[in-house]
Amino acid sequence: MKSYVLSTASAIAVCAAGAVSADGHAEAEVLHYWTSGGEAKSVAVLQEEFAANGGTWTDMPVAGGGGDAAGTALRARVLSGNAPTAAQIKGPAIQEWYAEGVLADISSVAEANDWANLLPASIAAHMQCEGTWCAAPVNVHRVDWIWANTEILAANGIEMPTTWDEFNAAAETLQAAGIIPLAHGGQAWQDATVFETVVLGLGGAEFYQAALVDLDPEALTSDTMIAAFDQMRTMRGYVDPNFSGRDWNLATAMVMNGEAAFQIMGDWAKGEFLAAGKVPGVDFTCASTPGDGYLYNVDSFAMFSVEGDGKAAGQELLAELIMGPNFQEVFNMNKGSIPARTDVDLSGFDECAQISAADMASTNDGGTLMPSYAHGMALFGAQSGAITDVVTAHFNSDMSSEEAVQMLANAVANSR
Amino acid sequence: MTRWLQDNMPKIVLAPSFIAVMVFVYGFIAWTAWVSLTRSRLMPRYEFDSFIQYERLADSPRFETAMVNLAIFGTLFIVIAMVLGLLLAILLDQKIRTEGAIRTIYLYPMALSMIVTGTAWKWILNPELGIEATVKGWGFANFEFNWLVDPDMAIYTVVLAAVWQSSGFVMALFLAGLRSVDEEIIKAAQVDGIPTWRVYSAIIIPSMAPIFLSAFIVLAHLAIKAFDLVIALTGGGPGYATDLPATYMYAMAFSRGDIGQAASSAMVMMLVVFTIVVPYLYSELRTKDD
Repeated sequence: MKSYVLSTASAIAVCAAGAVSADGHAEAEVLHYWTSGGEAKSVAVLQEEFAANGGTWTDMPVAGGGGDAAGTALRARVLSGNAPTAAQIKGPAIQEWYAEGVLADISSVAEANDWANLLPASIAAHMQCEGTWCAAPVNVHRVDWIWANTEILAANGIEMPTTWDEFNAAAETLQAAGIIPLAHGGQAWQDATVFETVVLGLGGAEFYQAALVDLDPEALTSDTMIAAFDQMRTMRGYVDPNFSGRDWNLATAMVMNGEAAFQIMGDWAKGEFLAAGKVPGVDFTCASTPGDGYLYNVDSFAMFSVEGDGKAAGQELLAELIMGPNFQEVFNMNKGSIPARTDVDLSGFDECAQISAADMASTNDGGTLMPSYAHGMALFGAQSGAITDVVTAHFNSDMSSEEAVQMLANAVANSR
Repeated sequence: MTRWLQDNMPKIVLAPSFIAVMVFVYGFIAWTAWVSLTRSRLMPRYEFDSFIQYERLADSPRFETAMVNLAIFGTLFIVIAMVLGLLLAILLDQKIRTEGAIRTIYLYPMALSMIVTGTAWKWILNPELGIEATVKGWGFANFEFNWLVDPDMAIYTVVLAAVWQSSGFVMALFLAGLRSVDEEIIKAAQVDGIPTWRVYSAIIIPSMAPIFLSAFIVLAHLAIKAFDLVIALTGGGPGYATDLPATYMYAMAFSRGDIGQAASSAMVMMLVVFTIVVPYLYSELRTKDD
């Protein structure tokens, strides 16, 4: 029954494709994993624009696993020689797919629209494969945010911390006052999120680049890295005993309702605050985590080599719309991130987004705009996974920092 | 023609399923074995590259944890479920009045999926919701039962939930075995004035050896392929403290884009199954020859 429905559906799709591609009509089948409420609403914006420009959009949302399920579906599609026109892929995975020889070249659109000057240089580099443009960026999530309950901070006379020592001092004060200092969920990727902000804060952007992007063995076993693990050990004392396995949005709720003071999480947490009717600056405060620099997590769409003029036209239209100022503004206002292109008017955005955009511009000039390793922007899956294994093993045991860096160096060497 | 059909009907009927099993089981085992010898990452590649994936597996502390967990979980789960199942069966065998009802009650957990069991126990064992919070609520402020969030103890919560799920089933197996023992022998023993515990230990249990073997095989394969229970109960955490080979394989194949690692860990899992199943098959085949 199921296969019957599927084959009928694909037969219809094939007929439809044949009918429209004859007159060069733009069409696109888009595989993505934006399925939750706010995300689905955001992607609908793109869908409407695509239709308004005369295109036919075939939606292929794959829910589950933070994109894992979508990745599996994509692999199955590509292996069977039936790639979607566009798929949501990000970070080095774009180059990995390019190496498999299945990505299409969208340089003509990118060059016609001057993407190279509209995007921060390091983000533009993610969208290029051996000199050609192969993906279009949708948004920029900042990862190194620290969120705080404004009322609790005021009641305990605490300022937003600008160094990790200040953070630790604030946490001690809060703990003495019976408040959980850090709301955290004990899932590997959340441990990794906190870890990378600590590495950036303690070591600076240059060290971050050497350790978590270039995987320099010397940096990985350096004293700075030991200090980062020490800080993780200290912070293990600031989370409540029941943190294991907690989802990130529940940790955000703890900050919201005053159980906990701080949370370190990307700006998708802002969506939770806003959805609960909280106002930035009044109910909650956002700031970058202690230290300089900026960790970005950029969602993007890569185009696959497909047959047919209609699909090629669809890819060009899609790429142009994704980078269009209107879509970048509307989409990111819905999603809580900021536009990837730097010339969008931000007056309609909230103050956290404006801080994020200003910091992105300044860190881009200063060379401290860094890819997030925890969110798959810096390394291949096997490598970042190996680092995360060590981080989470250290955080959830009494392993010493010296042992941890040794294990880290071994794991990284083993993951190549 | 009819004659020919009559002779060959069993072969014709069996042929499709035989071919399907050859391709989808043994064919894919062979494919996995091949992929485990390559450097496949995001997509399978077919260039042979010696035993690099197995070397990486041997160097991976996470896979070591998974194998140790499998040993702990497998041993405890099988032993406790069998002992508990046998005990329940013997108690139920004392010709008590409401046997039917009690048997159903003990068998019911088997009707739940592992996901439901895992989720229910996750709440029961959660220190802030379940047993610990309840006992603290009664006034024992120092009571602690935080195995679920303790990396050293978390694997035992998986054992606990799995035993709860399966011991009723083992009980049913043993009960059937107890009932199949020849009444005459038991009566003869009772006439001779042999105490009940001796009747069980010297007559009934030894004559149930085949039942032990089937119970063992069923429980062993449940233990090795355990995946959903861990995902629902602990998600492999805290950290990766409750990872099993199956969850390791899933993480490598579907989250990390490291198909070579996933394939090699799958092959190791299969070898573990073989070490259990092959002696069983061997003994089975040998008794038939006798």
